[in-house]
Amino acid sequence: MKPQHTVGTPVPRKEGREKVTGQARYIDDLHFPDMLYGVTVRSPAPRGRIRQIVFESDTIPWDDIVIVTAKDIPGENAVALILMDQPYLAADFVNHPEEPIVLLAHHDKYLLEEARRSVRIHVDPAPALFSIEDSLSRKEVIWGSDNIFKSFHVEKGDVDKVWPNADFIVEGEYSTGAQEQLYIENNGVIAIANADDGVTVWGSMQCPYYVHKALTKLFPLPEEKIRVIQVETGGGFGGKEEYPSMIAGHAALLAWKAGRPVKIVYDRAEDMVATTKRHPSSTRHRTAVSREGKLLGMEIDFVIDGGAYATLSSVVLSRGTIHAAGPYSCPNVRIKSKAVATNSPPHGAFRGFGAPQSIFALERHLNKVAKTVGLTPEELRRRNFIRQGETTATAQLIREKVDMQALMERAFELTNYYEKRERFGVENRTSKNKKGIGFASFMHGAGFTGSGEQYLQSVVGVEATAQGRVRVLAASTEIGQGTNTIFAQIVAEALNLDYETIEIARPDTGNVPNSGPTVASRTVMIVGKLVESAALGLKQTLIQSGFLREGYSKSDFQEACLNYVEKHGALKSFSQYKQPENIRWDDEKYQGDAYGAYAWAVYVAEVTIDAVTYEAHVDDFVAVQEVGHVMHPVLAAGQIEGGVAQAIGFTLFENVVWRDGRMVNNQMTNYIIPTAADIPLIRVFFAETPSTMGPSGAKGIGELPMDGAAPAILNAIEHALGLSINRVPLMPEAMMQAMEGERV
Amino acid sequence: MSEGDGKIVLSCSVNGEPQLLNVYPMARLLDVLREELRFTGTKEGCGEGECGACSVLIDGLLVNSCLVPVLQMAGAEIRTIEGVANGEQLHAVQQAFIEYGGAQCGICTPGMVLAAINLLDRNPNPDESEIREGLAGNLCRCTGYIKIFEAVVRACQNSKA
Repeated sequence: MKPQHTVGTPVPRKEGREKVTGQARYIDDLHFPDMLYGVTVRSPAPRGRIRQIVFESDTIPWDDIVIVTAKDIPGENAVALILMDQPYLAADFVNHPEEPIVLLAHHDKYLLEEARRSVRIHVDPAPALFSIEDSLSRKEVIWGSDNIFKSFHVEKGDVDKVWPNADFIVEGEYSTGAQEQLYIENNGVIAIANADDGVTVWGSMQCPYYVHKALTKLFPLPEEKIRVIQVETGGGFGGKEEYPSMIAGHAALLAWKAGRPVKIVYDRAEDMVATTKRHPSSTRHRTAVSREGKLLGMEIDFVIDGGAYATLSSVVLSRGTIHAAGPYSCPNVRIKSKAVATNSPPHGAFRGFGAPQSIFALERHLNKVAKTVGLTPEELRRRNFIRQGETTATAQLIREKVDMQALMERAFELTNYYEKRERFGVENRTSKNKKGIGFASFMHGAGFTGSGEQYLQSVVGVEATAQGRVRVLAASTEIGQGTNTIFAQIVAEALNLDYETIEIARPDTGNVPNSGPTVASRTVMIVGKLVESAALGLKQTLIQSGFLREGYSKSDFQEACLNYVEKHGALKSFSQYKQPENIRWDDEKYQGDAYGAYAWAVYVAEVTIDAVTYEAHVDDFVAVQEVGHVMHPVLAAGQIEGGVAQAIGFTLFENVVWRDGRMVNNQMTNYIIPTAADIPLIRVFFAETPSTMGPSGAKGIGELPMDGAAPAILNAIEHALGLSINRVPLMPEAMMQAMEGERV
Repeated sequence: MSEGDGKIVLSCSVNGEPQLLNVYPMARLLDVLREELRFTGTKEGCGEGECGACSVLIDGLLVNSCLVPVLQMAGAEIRTIEGVANGEQLHAVQQAFIEYGGAQCGICTPGMVLAAINLLDRNPNPDESEIREGLAGNLCRCTGYIKIFEAVVRACQNSKA
């Protein structure tokens, strides 16, 4: 039979029909008999000792309300992740505003809300830290012995030797703010928990096995007594990577005490004030460059604010560190990085995972370097782009073909970059509103960093159903990005079956193997490859056992599955990740193959700055990237467009206002994300160089689009105004200050 | 009509079916739809009228149901996402959302589909800026809106064909 291709075609989204008809069931749409609602009482202070908890108000029937404090925790009072430093419920000391202290449950959610407001928590305040600077200067030690969660040191060549021979030395400082993931569905779970049945949690989440691991520490139960089931999830972007372990634990603790199911669904204000955000960052660059514009040495100092507990900061820092030197070839590089503690809620995973922060700094800084040398921004980059056979900052040899210059020229062609660069310069002299065009060039590594995938050892299964269909068994979640669709495409392609007939099992730790977390642009490239090999394994079993012959038809395959299942009871095939031989990583030196593959990109932004309102508007945005083979053109473009829109928000709209470690604009009314009226046409173009890592030559793309917009837009603003602004978000107030300051 | 427990009885229609409701007058329409009538396709995103996930059509107008006290619904005709498809037959907008990638995580989709239908009812040939304006009350965090614009344009073309 002639193979027909499913991969590369825009098949309809697997769960699309349920989503457009309102039939898809999210956590808040589920209701269990006898279910109670749960709420969280949180710390009013950023840091201090809990002196007293008072249950006020005579009108609240406190005896009817299930109350859980740290004393009620049956296992360990720590959210198991990388370290065990974050309690589920603060017992006697709080380290950030809104830290959970008491849990309440009742069947009447209106009464429950009154009860929540009637719990008074008295805290004797202790000195607190609210900035990277104060944390670094150890004004107070709030975590460990030095406030440092993690530090990395990457060293390539000999940076100390380059300074005397440099024609120019260019220094700069850059910073980025926090950003809220703002999935439109808030965090939520339902739990059933008792000693006989164990603990079962349904929830909105990215990583069921993270929650599973956390609950096995929280409850003294064997692993198989803990079950975690993902339900339809209304967006994640990293915001549902680690936090669901917290809220799942809370609901399970209440359910354990109540003996009834408990649902906790946050409202928007609680979700924004209490859950994770993108790490704020501060970066210093010092660069040695020759008269010809060759980068001789780069010294980069990168610091992120981790908030009050370690959570994922060490791995966010790692990705940010490795991306800090960008897609350039430089013989001497030193990157020193730190994740530091402050008394705000822990910052966490958010699409890009540290890379948008360090790439922002680099891509702004290179414009400064170009200006100093007397080259255009594009000429400077052209002279330093990394090529096949060269090495990155971690001395990773680039084995696959990469042509950054071609991506750049394509992006310039599509935007008329050269013509606009010149024309805007002339027009801006007389026009009221100023226009500019700018770009950023960058890369994003797919999969876990370094030896991460080797440690994870992800497993995927494929089984034959009772109907003779093929079903994928994986813990990788559909959160909007298209996991269900792509996995089904991969199986259909591998086995030459119809896409429509492939089923995807619900991620349920009781039924699917641990294919690892749904993060790090790894689902297609790493897990998808395992899906492919598990599917091929299923076919091999059918052939070897004589139920199927090569050259089979679709109905032959179904029949073979049915016959096998009838004879043997079940047919399952599993595949486990094995690190390819040529990928090597040294965790001690932080040297080697940081990622199995990189996506490469050049993004161009065109802006207008309103002379009256000081607003910058993005008029046009072109995203050109090389992502390996494109598995699904509509989903892939959707990832890029959505990521760019989120990055435009990060750059120009989304300003988290902090007061003493607490977000004070925790409402959609005053934390503004881009609307349909704010986003330019985002024009997406793919160059395709099939990779050896992923199925059908695919690489990861989910996080890439978050990296490039901020520097491209600020580079465009620099072109429009001649002003170098080095902090995002750039709000109109800051723009006014910059513009007026210039005039004075 | 009061029943002594603070609740009122009112009648309205939801997706063409008459409904007799016994509800607190200030209950949010959103909660009544989701919890009393189990039309859970209407979503809560922010609870303050910013995100549009709870959009429904009331007498043909697009409204955030989180801001509407149910007492205002006496005699109203309400249409939720569950009332958009004709049995198995999807509305042109729903079909286009599937084909053109207008839905990703799907949580804004019910509201967005209703906003798009409302836009096309008012203006069967919207240009790009009219589409943007028509959908500006409904926030989406996944798509960057581009695929949603494409879906709306395609739905116009399909309904003409």
